[in-house]
Amino acid sequence: MRWIWIDRFLEFEPHKRAVSVKNVTLAEEHLHDHWAEFPIQPASLMIEGMAQTAGILIGQARDFREKVILAKITLAQFDDIVTPGDQLRYEVQIEAITEEAASTTGKVFRNGELIGRVDLMFSHIDRNLAGLKFPEENFVFTGQFQRLIMPFLEGRDG
Amino acid sequence: MPMTEEEVLEKVRETLVDALGVDDDEVTPEATLTGDLGAESIDFLDIVFRLEKTFNIKIPRGELFPDNILNNPEFVRDGKLTPNGLAQLKERMPHADFAEFEQDPDVNKMAELFKVQTIVNYLLAKVNV
Repeated sequence: MRWIWIDRFLEFEPHKRAVSVKNVTLAEEHLHDHWAEFPIQPASLMIEGMAQTAGILIGQARDFREKVILAKITLAQFDDIVTPGDQLRYEVQIEAITEEAASTTGKVFRNGELIGRVDLMFSHIDRNLAGLKFPEENFVFTGQFQRLIMPFLEGRDG
Repeated sequence: MPMTEEEVLEKVRETLVDALGVDDDEVTPEATLTGDLGAESIDFLDIVFRLEKTFNIKIPRGELFPDNILNNPEFVRDGKLTPNGLAQLKERMPHADFAEFEQDPDVNKMAELFKVQTIVNYLLAKVNV
């Protein structure tokens, strides 16, 4: 299993906003334990899906030079459940971005219907935890994440 | 038209309720951000982002919450601010009340300078120029 909780980007406007989708399917192991008799997508994994959508947007804004780490879940609110067969859509926009950090606001849709909001903050950890040693390579953004947005960035500079 | 202190406090209160998930009656002028309201380091950035948006201003890095004081050996000795360090901090934070802190400028007590009123004072000077 790969820790990727979005399937595809539908829109990607560098420095501004992004939209991704995630199809929830019974082929995924976790749904059989959450719960065997009534599988529902855990809220924590929807937060992760939003964090990946937002994190890639934030990372691309600095050309993937920074290690972007989820630092704070400012708001996570879900008004309904998501079950196998549903499609999740994450719409996120950047509210602020500086050398040290960034904040985003986002909406979660289930089959087109708004069912949640997730607002997040990210830290550029090399700038905030100066003195602590991190690996030099960017362990946050592997090729797999970057490939997700390649179709949107071809032929443009950053 | 200049904003009154009451108006600024009300907006700061809304900002802190959203950023820190506290109740609005907890956000009194004397409440400290870390001790009373439970703010952590990332929250200080969140608060700055929100204040910039709410008040439509730019808050340069280190202006509201100074940095680069504690990691300067000239300013800190044996866990306390040196007279030089204290003078530097006072100059950088004209919006803070130092009366209590300067009695015992222990770096662990520095967070007590960051009160709700400190933010209000900073914003009053910033928006009413």
